[in-house]
Amino acid sequence: MTDFFVNLGMSYEWAWFVATVCGILLIALPLMLGVAMIIYADRKIWAAMALRRGPNVVGPFGLLQSFADGLKVFLQETIVPTAANKGLFLIAPIITFTVALMAWAVIPFNSGAILADINIGLLYILAISSLGVYGVVISGWASNSKYPFFSAMRAAAQMISYEVSIGFILVCVILYAGSSNMYQIVEAQRGFGLGIVNGFFFNILLFPIFVMFLISSLAETARAPFDLTEAESELVAGYQTEYSSMSFALFWLGEYANVLLMCTLNAVLFFGGYLPPLDIGFLYVIPGFVWLLLKILFFFFVFSWVKATVPRFRYDQLMRLGWKVFLPLSLLFVVLTSGWLMFTRFAA
Amino acid sequence: MIQTITFYLFSALVIASACFVIMARNPVHSVLWLILAFFNAAALMVLVGAEFIAMLLVIVYVGAVAVLFLFVVMMLDIDFSELRAGFIKNAPLGALIALVLFVELFVGLVAWNAGGVTLGTPDGTSAAVEGASNIQSIGALLYGKYLFLFEAAGVILLVAMVGAIVLTLRHRPNPRSQNIAKQVSRRPEDATINTRPEVGAGVKL
Repeated sequence: MTDFFVNLGMSYEWAWFVATVCGILLIALPLMLGVAMIIYADRKIWAAMALRRGPNVVGPFGLLQSFADGLKVFLQETIVPTAANKGLFLIAPIITFTVALMAWAVIPFNSGAILADINIGLLYILAISSLGVYGVVISGWASNSKYPFFSAMRAAAQMISYEVSIGFILVCVILYAGSSNMYQIVEAQRGFGLGIVNGFFFNILLFPIFVMFLISSLAETARAPFDLTEAESELVAGYQTEYSSMSFALFWLGEYANVLLMCTLNAVLFFGGYLPPLDIGFLYVIPGFVWLLLKILFFFFVFSWVKATVPRFRYDQLMRLGWKVFLPLSLLFVVLTSGWLMFTRFAA
Repeated sequence: MIQTITFYLFSALVIASACFVIMARNPVHSVLWLILAFFNAAALMVLVGAEFIAMLLVIVYVGAVAVLFLFVVMMLDIDFSELRAGFIKNAPLGALIALVLFVELFVGLVAWNAGGVTLGTPDGTSAAVEGASNIQSIGALLYGKYLFLFEAAGVILLVAMVGAIVLTLRHRPNPRSQNIAKQVSRRPEDATINTRPEVGAGVKL
């Protein structure tokens, strides 16, 4: 995109700056629209599974429901509890929202369509996702109220636990792709299965890792069945109990942006990202971002499906799954994967 | 130009947040300022081209260590007046530590002015791989030249971990832990019986 602006007669530095700003807007604005629509989709899918009709009043098929909610929330009064730590109370939702947007910088949307093509793409995502917990922890503490505080404690422990296994899972992917550059990870999946199928998913060694990653990403985004941070039966609404109007909406948007990010990661790391499912010429006629979008929507459907059907975990079960099941298993698969690669790819 | 501005921006932020760490009255605020300092230090690392170290700094320190730190500080019930009361008593010790740090800094600066130290062998065998990325050069060094040191560090960490577990392990007399396999393998036939008792006879269990 920089070349385009250079051709318009700008100096290289200005062209780079304008291109980067345009790139950020090109990602962030559709993402916000996508989050609004995905909240609608979530409610519709959830309603359909409960044999209800879901939002169906605002706009055709209720399509504009999220925008109506947004407008309503925007017009509400922001209430800050007197006992709250005011500065941190207001910063916390902003942190959640910003961090949820930051990780999208290294997602490849098509071949060449990536904002920051850096060598350490996957590590960057890991680093950013480890920041996500701060919004929750700070909001829980700054609210100066018991339920949000419990929720913050739970969130801190839960996210750290699952980050460990996610780290090892990503190591397996990096080993197979031979790079932590997101673009090269996608390209390594071209024709991966028998030279026909694109994606790490179709590998006996990587399939269990994919399943673990899917479950861990549910836990990492605190979606059902791991939504212990906002378990309404125990903690009212968890860390967002004291929040109202836009500060609440920012949590909401950030949460769904994170869910979309995790769906995208599932698609990029295991389902070949922007590549079509089969490595056959005519499928490449459909542009790459359409394939990526379809895969993201598929994973989002899985997320909603799980939310609608699986009951919430107990807290000790959550910890047991993270530390006693996923951590040893993902470590085992790091050893297995590197051993297999030593025998095949790097055999002397 | 832009590098200079960014460098001074991040350096100023690191120093400012480090000052706020010790000046903040609330310990939770201190930890949050510390996290900001870590984050800006990572930005400085990116600026000098050590992007791998920067990411590790964020993942390990900001993402894990600082969260646990925050966790502990939030749980503590700290009496601020009591903390401030001990200030005079501990002031000489603090001054001593400050003096030691200052002397170290001074000696370091003098030594640096006297000329740089050549690291490794002059033939450049331990130098970073030319033209390779951060991860590749660190990996080549860590798993090649310093393999045994690296493994020794791993063994020491393992011993430390086992030690910590042994120190905190308590055997409770009758733990009521959940046996999930046993629960899952339990069938309705094991748990329930169908009876058809005579009217007025009741059921014998």
